[in-house]
Amino acid sequence: MKSEERRSFLKLGLALGGTALTGVGCLNSKSDQSEEKVKLLSTDGKLVEVDASKIQEVDHHHHHAMSRSESREGIPGKKFVMVVDLARCGNARKCIESCEKAHHIPHSRPFIKVLKIQDNPDSSPYWMPKKCYQCDNPPCVKVCPVSATYKRSDGIVLIDNERCIGCRFCMSACPYSARVFNWSAPEQPADYDLPYSPETSVPSKIGTVEKCDFCPDMLRDDKLPHCVTSCPNGALYFGDKMADSVTNGDETVRFRKLLEDKGGYRYLEELGTEPNVYYLPPVDRMFPFEEMEEDS
Amino acid sequence: MNNNLTFQQDSSTITSIENDLLRHIPAKSKKFNIWIGILLIIIAIGAFAYYRQIRYGLIVTAMRDYTSWGIYISNFVFFVAISLVGSLVSCILKLSNAKWSIPLTRISEIIAIAAIICASIIIIVDMGRPDRFVNVLVHMRIQSPIIWDVIIIATYLALSFLMLYVSLIPDIALCRDKIPNLPKWQKKFYRIFAVNWKSDPKQYKIINHLIAILSVLIIPVAFAIHTVTSWLFSTTWRPGWDSTNLGPYFVSGALMAGAAVIIVAMYFIRRHMALERYLTEKHFDNMGRLLVLLSLIYLYFNINEYLGPTFKMVGVEEEHITELFFGKYAFMYWLVQIFGLLIPIIVLVFRKMRKPLPLLIISGLVILGAWFKRFLIVIPSLQHPYLPIQDVQDSYRYYVPTWEEWAITMASFAGVLLIITILIKLFPVIPIWETIEENSNKIEST
Ligand code: SF4
Repeated sequence: MKSEERRSFLKLGLALGGTALTGVGCLNSKSDQSEEKVKLLSTDGKLVEVDASKIQEVDHHHHHAMSRSESREGIPGKKFVMVVDLARCGNARKCIESCEKAHHIPHSRPFIKVLKIQDNPDSSPYWMPKKCYQCDNPPCVKVCPVSATYKRSDGIVLIDNERCIGCRFCMSACPYSARVFNWSAPEQPADYDLPYSPETSVPSKIGTVEKCDFCPDMLRDDKLPHCVTSCPNGALYFGDKMADSVTNGDETVRFRKLLEDKGGYRYLEELGTEPNVYYLPPVDRMFPFEEMEEDS
Repeated sequence: MNNNLTFQQDSSTITSIENDLLRHIPAKSKKFNIWIGILLIIIAIGAFAYYRQIRYGLIVTAMRDYTSWGIYISNFVFFVAISLVGSLVSCILKLSNAKWSIPLTRISEIIAIAAIICASIIIIVDMGRPDRFVNVLVHMRIQSPIIWDVIIIATYLALSFLMLYVSLIPDIALCRDKIPNLPKWQKKFYRIFAVNWKSDPKQYKIINHLIAILSVLIIPVAFAIHTVTSWLFSTTWRPGWDSTNLGPYFVSGALMAGAAVIIVAMYFIRRHMALERYLTEKHFDNMGRLLVLLSLIYLYFNINEYLGPTFKMVGVEEEHITELFFGKYAFMYWLVQIFGLLIPIIVLVFRKMRKPLPLLIISGLVILGAWFKRFLIVIPSLQHPYLPIQDVQDSYRYYVPTWEEWAITMASFAGVLLIITILIKLFPVIPIWETIEENSNKIEST
């Protein structure tokens, strides 16, 4: 139980309801004297006092890679959600870059796309970051013949690339085109020495599908997914629906309040897939819409 | 009734029927060897293409993330469609007492088995990880439509085998007893598979019973294999697939294509094996009529399939319909609808066009149309996802099959033909005992 508590998001740097404790995890101070109060600076600039004994050093190394069967269990007590604030997206594409780096994927197989969307001919287009929506009624999971794609208790949909038979039924089934396939032998990172884990999706396997995985390896280490931390505009919020809290790394807000205040919605709600990725409409935009130069 | 067969028809008729229909089995011909050789070469080229696919991955195909299914899948659907002929002729026609169809039963059963075997092979070829095929058995998830398809195809294959085999037993016994100078293995083969058949009336009674039961059993399973295959598509949200009409649409299309395949097979078998006495112009005429009927049913479901979405023109459905009617697939689409469906219906209404040669040509068109129709069902749908395709290499937007895909597809056709050829070579292509039985019934009734 204790260890469960320690893993809780509170200590991970995601503070509940905007209260102070954010960022404890960033500090490396470790005190030997117990019962002593220590003053710490939180990421939002507040000075806070914490019991020295409660302070825990953040492990900067990867959590041990979860095995294939361990990966089928979700992180207990969590339900992960993402909120994308379309008003903040300026098509910086840093999320794509960091995702590619973290998962060692080439440009041709992105887990994230930033799409130009225009709702009707008279409205202005906007940029819409799109990744796997981690649906609660996931079409991909329903059709998989071997349960290589599965839904976990924490809401994440993962793929076991050592079980996948490469039938690509899930790709046809996904209405959001979230899935990519290893058509040829993927280039493996030379320095990557960890064993394969569905939680990291690395190393990639030929003839199997992949997609955005919400970075469960990071979540186990109480860190945010790479795309969230790399967005310079704070357009991506990530958090735990159970705790009603999401953060974009700078501010932490109540999930439901955020949706309520800004009119949050889910894309193609009418398909009934129940996504866990929400959008805030592109109103009062931070950036004017600019066409992208053609990628080479 | 069979025990007194010989009393009712003169034994020379029986001998001549037997001679006609067993003649090809011991015969050696150069043409046959060349034919087999050609088929084996095509299969070898396909095998080489598959070797490349195993070695380099599915990258050797033109499939990419959006068009993630290609001609392997459309070809699979085509073969499943063809396999329905077995049930059409040997069950539906038989149960409806259409006696004229007796000489066609075995041909259709053989085609059905060949097609379903090659359909199973082609679906394995489509897998990204065929080495993990056992996962399908070990981790089988019954909720997945793929598993339904695996189960129903296996069932249909088993039932079709049984059907073919049971109706073959008396004829295998004839091969065992009446053909001299066979190689040893072949003699032994017939002896084993004739399972001690003695032309006992009791034995006839048993197999007639068995055949009746199988005929009834096969029909729902045959409908199910193609309906379940259509569910592989209709259980998704893709434009053009998201339709409740898809099951009957697939089944009716399959029956039409199957009838055309039988006509083509009938034509070549009749010519090369000199069976004009058994496969008469009447058979062609009847099959021609049947083809018109089945085409009309298919036309009806086609209208159902396209009218609603065309009228409403909603979102991605609109993109899909526009692409088919006026876009990059329009040429293929109209060719298929006009030459593969409309013209055959109109032309076959005339008796003259139901003579063997014109009927052969029209059936050829129907078959080609059926193949490309399945291409049009599978591929364009995948190119119209809900979210726009942006930011991808050009190869992700189009789908033009590579030589490897064509070679493997051709090899699968050669495979079907090879299986058919071998089975025809080993066994009488027209059921002898049923022909004799039917003959005697005729005599009885006159
Ligand atoms: S491609 Fe893999 S994950 Fe997708 S449905 Fe097939 S087996 Fe499942």
